[in-house]
Amino acid sequence: MANAVVRGLLAVAGLVWALGAQQAAAGENFVTPGSKAAGLKNCVEDTNFMVRNHMELIKHQRHTVVHQGIRDSKHTLAGCIDCHVSRGADQKPISVYSEGQFCQRCHAFTAVDVNCFGCHATVPTTASGPARLSGEFGPDVAQTPAHGAAAQGNTP
Amino acid sequence: MNPQHHNNGHDNKAEAPVDGGRRTFLGLAAGLTAATVAPGVILHTVSAAPRSEAVTDAVRWGMLIDTAKCADGCTECVKACDHENGLDLQVKPEGASEDLWDRQRAVWIRKVQVQDNLTGHVVNLPMMCQHCEHPPCVDVCPTGASFKRADGIVMVDRHTCIGCRYCMMACPYKARSFIHQVVAEKLTLAPRGKGCVESCNLCVHRLDNGGTSTACADACAASGHQAIVFGDLRDPQSPVSKALQAKASRQIREDLNLNTGVRYTNI
Repeated sequence: MANAVVRGLLAVAGLVWALGAQQAAAGENFVTPGSKAAGLKNCVEDTNFMVRNHMELIKHQRHTVVHQGIRDSKHTLAGCIDCHVSRGADQKPISVYSEGQFCQRCHAFTAVDVNCFGCHATVPTTASGPARLSGEFGPDVAQTPAHGAAAQGNTP
Repeated sequence: MNPQHHNNGHDNKAEAPVDGGRRTFLGLAAGLTAATVAPGVILHTVSAAPRSEAVTDAVRWGMLIDTAKCADGCTECVKACDHENGLDLQVKPEGASEDLWDRQRAVWIRKVQVQDNLTGHVVNLPMMCQHCEHPPCVDVCPTGASFKRADGIVMVDRHTCIGCRYCMMACPYKARSFIHQVVAEKLTLAPRGKGCVESCNLCVHRLDNGGTSTACADACAASGHQAIVFGDLRDPQSPVSKALQAKASRQIREDLNLNTGVRYTNI
């Protein structure tokens, strides 16, 4: 009888630990609070797959998009930004590549500087939409000196 | 009188809530069928969804510009292009003179005035990338960044552009711009950045997402001038093909045999 109670308690303790570990893992997923992505279970693919392969998905696809005009993929940089961008107190979108934001959370740690945002918008923007950058968050690219240096290398 | 009540009168005869929906659907279906049956249209089905298959040379995008309708002083097409592609977000770099900025700011479409010095006859026309069949910019590009898409659009792949500006020198139309400064603000649909060359891409983001017109053509029509007709040059029934058939048109610098996709009338 006593054994059964102990076993039961151990099982419960195990379950609680497993649940706690899961929550801890979820807390480390670097998704910016307040972004659309924060409310979703996982990304367009499994989260671990995305962490490892997001660059491949976009890199190989850019040729088919630019040269062949195929734009119906669910893997798009615009989609990443739309979902992962967070908004400031004034509801203005904050650049995904600025400090503490989604891209930088890992890229700063791993010291991998990307040049996607030399050309691509870091917040969802449309020609007529209200999502145009505010002055406050505007010169986001200019604020990353590493990028500026890289781009300068391109200039003959 | 209450329109609701009026409707109810009909409903009594034909059990309407369901019937109304079905009627709308049938009407829509009939319309779609008619559109499909119309000659030419069947080959170029227009859907609002993003493109899922590679572009082919079954289509060649192009435009006809009637310079007689292009008004002196009107810059609606330029403004529309700037707005569509985020060029109006450009800011003059600190310390740059107005003169320098005038020469260096990115311009995809511009108004040009040509005068015949013998007669004094003045013609207004918008000038942009002419989307040549044999584009000199593509010939000279050392990296393959300047390319012609299967559907005739000449554009720059910024992923491979190294900013050498050889294409700018090769282009007889001065259609391309180089981005000298970091671009702080750009649109999601029109990525643009420092160190790359860029030019008109016939609003490729619109065409790939099911659109059939460009910002400049729309703006010209909205301003009442109707000087720009955009469409598929390969489709004999398209408005642009019909207009080309009906009127004498010219290519600018036709001596270069580039077979431009942008043609002009009344020059």
